[in-house]
Amino acid sequence: MEMGVILFMAAIGLMLIGIAGIVFPSHLIRIIFGIALLEAGANLLLLLSSFKEGAAAPIMLETGFPQNMADPVPQALVLTAIVIGVGILALALILALRVQAAYGTLDMRQVRQRMERDIAKQAGISMPSSIQAPRPITTHGADDE
Amino acid sequence: MELITLIITSVMLASALAVLLLKDFLSALAAFSAVSLALSVLFVLLQAPDVAMTEAAIGAGLSSVLFALALRKLGIWRSGE
Amino acid sequence: MRKATSAIFLLGLGILIAAIYQQLTFYGSGVNIGQAINGMAANQVGTANIVTSVVLAYRGLDTLVELSILFTAATAGGMLLGRRKPTAQPDTNGGFVLRAGADLFFPLLLVVGIYIIVHGHLTPGGGFQGGVILASAFFVPMLARPGHQLDQRWIALVEGLAGASFIFIGLLAMIGGQAFLSTLFGKGELGELFSAGSLPLLYTAVGLKVGAELAGLLAHLSDAEALD
Repeated sequence: MEMGVILFMAAIGLMLIGIAGIVFPSHLIRIIFGIALLEAGANLLLLLSSFKEGAAAPIMLETGFPQNMADPVPQALVLTAIVIGVGILALALILALRVQAAYGTLDMRQVRQRMERDIAKQAGISMPSSIQAPRPITTHGADDE
Repeated sequence: MELITLIITSVMLASALAVLLLKDFLSALAAFSAVSLALSVLFVLLQAPDVAMTEAAIGAGLSSVLFALALRKLGIWRSGE
Repeated sequence: MRKATSAIFLLGLGILIAAIYQQLTFYGSGVNIGQAINGMAANQVGTANIVTSVVLAYRGLDTLVELSILFTAATAGGMLLGRRKPTAQPDTNGGFVLRAGADLFFPLLLVVGIYIIVHGHLTPGGGFQGGVILASAFFVPMLARPGHQLDQRWIALVEGLAGASFIFIGLLAMIGGQAFLSTLFGKGELGELFSAGSLPLLYTAVGLKVGAELAGLLAHLSDAEALD
């Protein structure tokens, strides 16, 4: 296998693991891990377009510039993308702190339920439920003896 | 060169799976640092030393510190989940 | 049910991306501007590190926007965090090893960070990498002695001045009639420390701004209330 195919599959694999980390888990911190992995995979995929066979880094050596240099434009783009990624990660973690302070848990299923309950209470309507939910048995129609 | 790339790629993908599958959050954080380390070595192999330095400093350094601080503030630093 | 559909979605996404791979030419996606920049950067900008010339000279506006994104994220994070209550008990100091190691690490990291920032146009490095090392240099003593926090006003002052000087140096180029953020002061010798015009000054401003921002964010995060 040549190097390009290996690296391409590594980038795709990392992105797929990252997306799986966002979709499957229910704990918010694991979802944030998944976001960070997805970002790393996307940066690797972007950097693959700057590589050529037998290329050298685009930096001057003692003897002058090398003959065949890699493409510097995707490298500059990935440089800023990594720094922006850490800014997003910091903001996501601080938002997770606020979710824990507001709802008391980080399990996303319970957070969603409590959010629905709070929204319904604010708006004055009942919580959304399904039509086939069993209605509670009332006792005032049963005593006719 | 292909052999080195194959080894480092498999280390990276195995650590990425470990981030999602490990129960303890401290171990998941260590596996995430390993993913960053392997990724920066891959960047060096792709002849991009600037990007490799940035990824090593930010991924293995600042990201892990941010996660560790957030986990401590959340109180799930010691216990697993 | 949700997990089954998510698994099918992931499989389909993988197949789709592999199918796109068959169509793309893999190396060198057909954009030839990289080769042109490789040929012309030494004569036009005068840096030994071509990626620096792309980040600061050819795509300087992208760097300016990226600095503002980082500023927005750090400021929003700082606004969302609560302040520690004054009645909360203070954290204990670290042990002897941590304190002695932090005292030894602080000047070392400071020197390495400033070296990487200032030599950004000659060797791999630059403002972002050196800025992150500077932020960690100011964070390690805070780990050892949690009582002595950084003064947030100095951090805000350094960050504001560095960001303003970046824009100011860019505007200075406009006075001479050139475009925003072009290089000043001529080119100098290729490979010397004082070369490539105003690029070292720009990278110093970027490094100080990124370092101050991240140090302030880490200080704020480690100072917030511990929820249990």
